[in-house]
Amino acid sequence: MDTKRYELNVQLAQMLKGGVIMDVTNVEQAKIAEEAGAVAVMALERVPADIRRDGGVARMSDPAMIAEIKKAVSIPVMAKVRIGHFVEAQIIEALKIDYIDESEVLTPADEECHIDKTRFAIPFVCGARNLGEALRRIAEGAAMIRTKGEAGTGNVVEAVRHMRTMNREIRQLAAMPVEEVTGFAKANGIPYELALKVKELGRLPVVNFAAGGIATPADAALMMQLGCDGVFVGSGIFKAAAPAVRARAIVKATAFFNDPAKVLEASLGLGEAMPGIEIAAIPKEQIMAGRGW
Amino acid sequence: MNRAEERPPSGVGDALGVLDLQGGVCEHIDHLLRLGIEARPVKQEKDFDGLAGLILPGGESTCLARLLRIFAIEEIILRRFREGMKLWGTCAGAILLAGKLVGERPHLSLIDIEVLRNGFGSQLESFACEAAIPKVSDAPVPLTFIRAPKILEAGEGVEVLLRIDDWIAAAESPDVLATVFHPELTGCLAFHRYFARKCGLAPGGKADLDPTWDKTSWTRLARII
Repeated sequence: MDTKRYELNVQLAQMLKGGVIMDVTNVEQAKIAEEAGAVAVMALERVPADIRRDGGVARMSDPAMIAEIKKAVSIPVMAKVRIGHFVEAQIIEALKIDYIDESEVLTPADEECHIDKTRFAIPFVCGARNLGEALRRIAEGAAMIRTKGEAGTGNVVEAVRHMRTMNREIRQLAAMPVEEVTGFAKANGIPYELALKVKELGRLPVVNFAAGGIATPADAALMMQLGCDGVFVGSGIFKAAAPAVRARAIVKATAFFNDPAKVLEASLGLGEAMPGIEIAAIPKEQIMAGRGW
Repeated sequence: MNRAEERPPSGVGDALGVLDLQGGVCEHIDHLLRLGIEARPVKQEKDFDGLAGLILPGGESTCLARLLRIFAIEEIILRRFREGMKLWGTCAGAILLAGKLVGERPHLSLIDIEVLRNGFGSQLESFACEAAIPKVSDAPVPLTFIRAPKILEAGEGVEVLLRIDDWIAAAESPDVLATVFHPELTGCLAFHRYFARKCGLAPGGKADLDPTWDKTSWTRLARII
């Protein structure tokens, strides 16, 4: 991929800042999301909560379904591929949608390698739990980062942990003398040049969204106040009692995250949120955030 | 700085605002600051005070339109516009300002242009190029199109600033500027300077290309620490 193409891909993510990207499983949901003010939709066959419930191997969605959703909306369309599954990525690129999510929500296809994203023209977003993971994905060609959180739980605790971890590491890096960066980069598996860049910028060089467990307007505003650039909501919308109302409310709360009166307004009359899961109740091998490295 | 004499009577202030609901807000503010202009994000009524002009940035037009409506910002923009505040829409912002949209109802309807949303296709069709726009800059202007709309037609009283093939990329009326590309995503300050002058302000500096700009310059307004 040439530099200019990568730049355009980073810049598309910049245009999504302050917005909400919503998981949708069919045309009807995609239209509800667009109408509610989503800045993009993630087209997939099952939301993470159902993937978690069903177990088995979760793969890329049926391309025909993704194509239908692409036809139905005018906002950007994203789709997930398995970590390391570069052929699923080739297929999604051939489908000519807007963004690929190399996602831990699907069952990894490769436990050693993530996709070499520099070989693609289509942009990639990747999940991360800490600064090192985020910068390794950027070094591989990701144009956008999101926290992993713990998808399909309706529990925001892991997204908060990942965002706080990244912020703490960025602050450490920014405060340390430059001769300590080599050791810090080595210890955290960070490409040295990118460590210097983060030190200079005081943040990631690309857009960073929150994802994994966001279920309420308050969750979205919390993640925004912690410094992320926008939010993904997966199961949180279409597993709730009144999806359209909740989708609109999360869009409002994300845009006005710093205005408690408006977040309050957005939090009224939403009906039941999706049922949540305590992280400690999930068997270790079913934790999605641990997939990829 | 004595800008008062240079300002036409329609001018209502010394600052420029960038509508801060969603999208490329920091990028525009960064450009305005480089021209020595007082710039601020605009989110609620009080933020409009003293604005000579407002930029509607790129983002997703459906999202922006929805937030404009539910938080009643639409009426504030229309009122301030009648009082003399100038407007510039980039990409999604141009969609919000258009008088006609292909296949859907227009939003603010403040400039007589017809716009086709997402005129090129997916992100794989996004591109960058360069064009001469004599009214705006003596040098060729770098242009960045991201899932860009197309202006199909410009009505009476609207001047076309840049035509490419059979579509229009930039147009203006006396009070409104519309560009389907993103000058804020390049190192070129020409369009921001042009808009500032249109608003009756006196932007600083002379060079259109700022060599100190790079693609991460926006991040200085979105630091974690």
